[in-house]
Amino acid sequence: MSAGSSSVAARLLAPSRWRAWEIVAWLLIAAAPLLFSQHAPLINEVAIFALFALSLDLILGYAGIVSLGHAAYFGAGAYGAALFAKHVMPDPLVGLAVGTAAGALLGALTSPMIVRGTDLTRLMVTMGIALVLLELANKFDNITGGIDGMQGLVIGPLLGRFDFDLGDHVASIYSLIVLFVAFLIARRIVHSPLGASLQALRDNRLRVSAIGLSVQARLAVVYTLGAALAGAAGALLTQTTGFASLDLFEFHRSADVLLILVVGGVGWLYGGVAGAIVFKLMQDALSSITPQYWTFWIGLFLVVLVLVGRERLVRPWTWLPQRGGRP
Amino acid sequence: MLTLLFDGIAYGMLLFILALGLAVTMGLMNFINLAHGAFAMAGGYILIVLMQRHGWPFLACLPVAFVVTAVAGALLERTLYRPMYGKPHLDQVLFSIGLTFMAVAAVDYLVGSSPQTVQLPGWLRTRFEIGTGHWQLGMGAYRLFIVATCVALALGLQAILGRTRFGSRLRAAVDDPRVAAGLGIPVNRVFLVTFAVGSGLAGLGGALGADILGLDPTFPLKFMVYFLIVCAVGGTSSITGPLVAALVLGIADVMGKYYVPKLGAFIVYVLMIAILLWRPQGLFVRQAGR
Repeated sequence: MSAGSSSVAARLLAPSRWRAWEIVAWLLIAAAPLLFSQHAPLINEVAIFALFALSLDLILGYAGIVSLGHAAYFGAGAYGAALFAKHVMPDPLVGLAVGTAAGALLGALTSPMIVRGTDLTRLMVTMGIALVLLELANKFDNITGGIDGMQGLVIGPLLGRFDFDLGDHVASIYSLIVLFVAFLIARRIVHSPLGASLQALRDNRLRVSAIGLSVQARLAVVYTLGAALAGAAGALLTQTTGFASLDLFEFHRSADVLLILVVGGVGWLYGGVAGAIVFKLMQDALSSITPQYWTFWIGLFLVVLVLVGRERLVRPWTWLPQRGGRP
Repeated sequence: MLTLLFDGIAYGMLLFILALGLAVTMGLMNFINLAHGAFAMAGGYILIVLMQRHGWPFLACLPVAFVVTAVAGALLERTLYRPMYGKPHLDQVLFSIGLTFMAVAAVDYLVGSSPQTVQLPGWLRTRFEIGTGHWQLGMGAYRLFIVATCVALALGLQAILGRTRFGSRLRAAVDDPRVAAGLGIPVNRVFLVTFAVGSGLAGLGGALGADILGLDPTFPLKFMVYFLIVCAVGGTSSITGPLVAALVLGIADVMGKYYVPKLGAFIVYVLMIAILLWRPQGLFVRQAGR
């Protein structure tokens, strides 16, 4: 009896345990900025996009909300951090907290609109939120700099010691550390009862509400959380580039992050990281071949991926539960 | 004031013609097609290329734009779109975004990224003015032509949908594809024809509106939101819903851009979010339904 229940417990807890390959993967990621220090700007960008995709994964992969306006929170975090650095104080860590808070606040405010409605409605509302923010940022150009953006932001040294250098070495390490911390948080959440209930309601909303769980509250919580992480990603981008512009809210950013996540795998925490690496390398390679037309190949890739792609890439949420769950 | 209203109506009618195909696609197959704007752009560019490089007259280009985009739509439906119908919405969104990216880059490559202008024939460049002062109504012949064409098209489509055998089959298929198929209605073929006509209408709308809407390779991305608004707000169950939604959207957009130019599209988006929160299924939905 006790042996049976302990094996059940072991099986239930297995997905949340760290595997050997995960530790190796993170060691490799940690070694990347030291081994390829000449590519530090690229590593920095990959880390930021991975964080952004991770935040979308919480919403899309685990809660099943299809969002076409995730750039709204990215932009909110970026502008939050930029304004804070300009007017209050240049410390990067406090700025990061402010950016995260800005994303979370916006997420909390908008989540009541997201939790209701069908897929199409949700698609339109998320897209609408990003567009409204874009228009607002354009309108209040005395604060945001309008179409010119905010340039030449001065960010203070990290922990009062490490200056952000031109080669982005400090920036890449900083972004990777933030990514890792965010990953730990996301991993903890996904394997918590909240995460389990999210996956359950993604698969069958009606049954979850029949069990007596509040679907809407849970969706709102995870949406706010995803928004906060997206805000952190936006803040990182602003701090490491010293620049914030209207481009942050544009539709193509929301589409790109969706693409990154799908390339890496939806509903899998490493999907964002893997997707960001593949996407950035692909973008780098394609834009060096055809600088102007690389979107064509990205588009073709998407179409082919969806049409004839591998089963696990086409329907990620159907294979996830069958394989007993992955970290 | 009246002039603005008239411009808004012309704009709204254009949006209606452009978005109608999308409304049918969404209603019939529950398929979210973000690439619909690409067909409109194709129509616009066909018009430009024929007029500028081959010297065709404006009127002759319009039917060509319709036919070419309709054929393209039919081909794409047969080859690419059909496997996507049963897929989850996320896949459909990704697929159609991919198509849009391809269309944008392809047009950029073939024609160039600069905005295109249409050389309207002389008889469309005249202007009529009625009344005086604040209530003066100025109507450009071009906009008048657009309104007339679109009204004729809308009436024709309404007649086809309401009076013909094809129309009743289509309505049956939209209501419930499974039962319709069980009754022997060739749902796939009905849908193929509808998709082709919808694409053709988008192409025609793109060609008609090339001068008002402006034409450059980012057209599908810029107007995608507007088409989606028309469908999401208007509902997909009748032709009247999208029509009203398109008119409201057109008038709101023109007025908003005139009176509060800096807020621009802000009003439209806020209005859309508000309407969608109030009626998530769209403004004009039949009470019955699936």
